[in-house]
Amino acid sequence: MSSAIVVDDVSKQYRLYHERNQSLKAAIMRRARVKYEEFWALRDVSLEVPEGATYALIGENGSGKSTLLKCMAHILRPENGRIETKGKISALLELGAGFHPELTGRENIFLNGSILGMTKKQLNQRFDEIVDFAGLEHFIDTPVKNYSSGMYVRLGFSVAINVDPDILLIDEVLAVGDAEFQRKCLEKFDDFRAAGKTIVIVSHALESVRNLCDTAGWLEHGVLRRLGPASDVIDEYLTESHTERAADGTHGARWGTGEVRVEKVEVLDASGEPVKRVRTGDTVVFRFHYKSNTLISKPVWGMALYTLDGVWVTGPSTREVGLFPDRLESGAEGWVDLRVDRLLLLPGTYDVSASMFNITGAQVYDMRHRAFRFDVEFGDPHEEYGFVSLGGTWEGDILDGAR
Amino acid sequence: MTRLAEYAEARELTVNLMLRELRGRYKRSALGWTWSLLNPLSTVITFSIVFAFFLKIDPPVGHPSGLHNFSMFLLCGLLPFNYLSNGMNGALDSLLSNSNLIRKVYFPREVLVVSTIGALLVTFFVELGVLCVILLLFGNMILPWIPVLLVLVAIQTVFVLGIGLMLSVFNVYFRDVKHFIGISLQALFYSAPIVYPMKFVEDAATRTSFPLLRVYTLNPLVRFIDAYRAVLYDLRFPAFSDVAYVTVWAFGLLALGLYVFHRLDRRLAEEV
Repeated sequence: MSSAIVVDDVSKQYRLYHERNQSLKAAIMRRARVKYEEFWALRDVSLEVPEGATYALIGENGSGKSTLLKCMAHILRPENGRIETKGKISALLELGAGFHPELTGRENIFLNGSILGMTKKQLNQRFDEIVDFAGLEHFIDTPVKNYSSGMYVRLGFSVAINVDPDILLIDEVLAVGDAEFQRKCLEKFDDFRAAGKTIVIVSHALESVRNLCDTAGWLEHGVLRRLGPASDVIDEYLTESHTERAADGTHGARWGTGEVRVEKVEVLDASGEPVKRVRTGDTVVFRFHYKSNTLISKPVWGMALYTLDGVWVTGPSTREVGLFPDRLESGAEGWVDLRVDRLLLLPGTYDVSASMFNITGAQVYDMRHRAFRFDVEFGDPHEEYGFVSLGGTWEGDILDGAR
Repeated sequence: MTRLAEYAEARELTVNLMLRELRGRYKRSALGWTWSLLNPLSTVITFSIVFAFFLKIDPPVGHPSGLHNFSMFLLCGLLPFNYLSNGMNGALDSLLSNSNLIRKVYFPREVLVVSTIGALLVTFFVELGVLCVILLLFGNMILPWIPVLLVLVAIQTVFVLGIGLMLSVFNVYFRDVKHFIGISLQALFYSAPIVYPMKFVEDAATRTSFPLLRVYTLNPLVRFIDAYRAVLYDLRFPAFSDVAYVTVWAFGLLALGLYVFHRLDRRLAEEV
């Protein structure tokens, strides 16, 4: 099979300006003195994307994956090396780029389509399909500035996906629209693959990447760290990025008076093994190790869960259920567990905070904010949207037949 | 893909961006396109009062047309100058104002400059059309001269494109090009016989040993105005030397413009 994209020894350098050299006077005064720092966003990257492959680029923020994608799209030109592409490319880097707010949806379809390389004839043929796909029949003659952001993005995506390229480059735009629109996108995506088109995706949604892509390249600080079957590369990437986190549950802010300390936070699976990844529906134990320095009376244990965005998901404590020992001797050590028989958190990354305080809550002995981080992956119930499952069951006459 | 093939593919995009420019320009303004005519009209009224009435500038009599009217005289020079000046200002902003496109989509970047100037060309045609109607009302039988006029417009467009290509990339790297051009355009306006007849310069040249006339006519804008006025005001063929001179300038500038543009557009997606 021949290659759709050949990336040969590509390096890309950015200039980080300390003082933007954009006045003539400054340019003349400083002439030879370089007033910017050189920063290599990509270093000697070589890879080949075979025709018909679905290829993923993964890595931390700033690893150079988007830069590589832009080089593939010829938007950026590398300093060294060579990029060859075969066939028509469509890059979905930003949806609705080039929309004119005062023009109607109809006018913008033609404008945006031609920006993406479609001819008027092709656009005429696909016009209905584009409008239909975006679900905007009633609004097509309204100026796009009156669109909601969802409508705007849907129209942009719909035009872009109808370009019918040989190579589709996608940067984190799969996650647009509501569930129904997502389903349509994935369908379109499958059509693309079935038609033997080449797709390159840059994404942080590792589980989607695992499902969609056959090959993945892992970039780290601009260097291609690993290249291989998507599932293997993602596993390796996940393992690594997890071990780099403070593994013993000792990071995050901490405050309190210190009479008793939360020594360690752990997440255990059903067999009592410490884990960093669990699945929705698993039995999970949150374990909080403590050590007392003085005699205290009626201590209370509390915990909280946060998403990475800082949304407070839950915050149970022993006080709420009336559980607290009368006294805790000086030097006492031990642990307290919060046992969850069926974890109803949905896939994502969460932080655990742990705290100990007195019965009134007026005195905080130790507060360990976001002390432990763990991932939740798809499990049972297999749900995707939001943070928690209600653990409910769908019912109905018509559904019973479909079961 | 070679550049030529890319250009050929980008034709439709150029037209569409041009239409975006034209459609977007007067959206939601009550007078719409009338504005593009009101602008030169107000200039003509002001200048006619100041220069023809207060300063008593006497416009030359068109030969062989016999036309003798300051406003007509002014318009024949003002419209081509406005095209140049709007073209330069438009080209300056054409890359920066489309930074979102440059950063997110690949296409030959020249398209942005070409479509901006293309949209201004359409405006220029509308203005020239109105001018021709007015000239007809004043008894200037302009119709047989329209092909010559079109040739001049074509040459000037090449000229504006050449400057525009250069200015557009310069302005990305050095933002004060825009301010510099703002001042220069003002000087440029008075450097050519737009509000005053050429005869004033010829008279002044006799009063000094400095080769004023020779230096003055080095300016391609002077030659452009001269040629336009010959066709529109006088109803005769422009001087061959004028046409040849501006043609060489136009194509020279276009070649230089393309060269500079290609030299500097490498980092465009990072710098805009």
